[in-house]
Amino acid sequence: MKRLVILGAGTAGTMMANHLHHKLNRKEWTIDIVDERTEHHYQPGYLFLPFDIYQPEDIIKSIRDFIPSDVNLITKKIDRIVATDNYIQMAGGDQLQYDLLIIATGAKIAPEETEGMNGAEWQHSVFDFYTFEGALALRNKLRDWQGGNLVIHITEMPIKCPVAPLEFAFLADSYFKHKKIRDKVNITYVTPLSGAFTKPKSTAALEHLLEEKNIAIESDFAISEVDNENKTIVDYGGKAIPFDLLVTVPTNKGDALMERSDLGDELNYVPTNKETLQSKAHANIFVIGDATNVPASKAGSVAHFEADILTENILHFIKEETLSATFDGHANCFIETGNSKALLIDFNYTHEPVEGTFPFAGIGPLQLLKESRMNHWGKLAFRWIYWNVLLKGTPIPFVSANMSTAGKHFN
Amino acid sequence: MEKTIAQKTVQVNEEGYLTNFAEWNKEIGEELAKENNITLTPKHWELINYIQNEFKNEVPLTIRKIGKSGVVDIKEFYALFPVGPLKTATKIAGIPKPVGCI
Repeated sequence: MKRLVILGAGTAGTMMANHLHHKLNRKEWTIDIVDERTEHHYQPGYLFLPFDIYQPEDIIKSIRDFIPSDVNLITKKIDRIVATDNYIQMAGGDQLQYDLLIIATGAKIAPEETEGMNGAEWQHSVFDFYTFEGALALRNKLRDWQGGNLVIHITEMPIKCPVAPLEFAFLADSYFKHKKIRDKVNITYVTPLSGAFTKPKSTAALEHLLEEKNIAIESDFAISEVDNENKTIVDYGGKAIPFDLLVTVPTNKGDALMERSDLGDELNYVPTNKETLQSKAHANIFVIGDATNVPASKAGSVAHFEADILTENILHFIKEETLSATFDGHANCFIETGNSKALLIDFNYTHEPVEGTFPFAGIGPLQLLKESRMNHWGKLAFRWIYWNVLLKGTPIPFVSANMSTAGKHFN
Repeated sequence: MEKTIAQKTVQVNEEGYLTNFAEWNKEIGEELAKENNITLTPKHWELINYIQNEFKNEVPLTIRKIGKSGVVDIKEFYALFPVGPLKTATKIAGIPKPVGCI
């Protein structure tokens, strides 16, 4: 028997287990999936926890519920990957040999990368919402907060779900209006980018929304430290921004396992071929989702589209064929804009998000790059789709792995 | 669009970044630096060489990467290019503006 091992049972790893248990010849292949955790979190839900829109039970389920019964789930810590000899060294001393390895270990926050970030004010007036604990602590803080300077901040790119901090700003505006204390809150959005987003057309649309909602923007801000005593963030150019409540997205990094295994770049992301998803260093290692260094969004939708491509390429690899399936960087993201409205963007490596209709050209029903209630319902419906369709590897009707240009206004 | 820099006609995008690195030369670099109120010192040139090499090797550039380059740390990078250092340095070096991954 040959063995395929998947590291990580998050969004990407779970989808791969569900694809491959159908597609591999099970008389020849066993499939193992390794994750030290037992809970699967719907990470997009972290955005809604601080505002009491979702409750913890809405976003947590058991990993085991989503792993096919003929896939061996191993709930253990990994010490390192020994790629030169094709085995995983488990923390307890066991070794797990593999013929094919899929790395799906994701990305996580690393506040320790910024001086002072996880200092005395951490979870007192400095919060993240990229972890369950952080989002919950922030919820408790917001319930009693009476107002002041709210600073929403991105440390450095790349981050998971690059639109989430903007959504946080929009939802905060809505939340404080609803609590009738919006006039007591100054909201400032601080980014290392030159504008609200990296692509010109969506930056224009999003900056218009920030202005409309009276949210100030500070761009090109490269943070050097969080000054806990004076409650300011300071950048390398010497600019200081005061806060009463700082909601930051710390540096994101790949799993420290990559550093221990000598498989990662300076942020622990695995150098990966952006089209085939094969690791650049080892032919029998493939990488998917947030763990890669490919220049696409770190987002569940990207992992979903990659999973289709990777499944094809794994089958090609086993048959010793050319890896002919190519990923185009396709991402599809709802952006909550508050007051029960949302935007939708759809883009890839080469095409920036533009206006148009989705998924049916000229019809919709979803509008690209424009606020609508339909988009908001799409975003909320997505949680159901995530648990019931996406994780199981079932294709989403009318949405293909590679991006479609139909119905989009590229000029 | 076309732009004449240091008596040479080159292709640039709407933000003034060269679209074809092959058209770049040192005189163009000097001229672009002047437009950005920077006088290039040997340290500037060392860094420009570094980022051009990274570009040729298709390594995405970030401020963090520059800080670990061994050429400068991040504070020194800001001292060399005080306003939007990565954007300014890449423009002078004749390579595309780095995109924060999205």
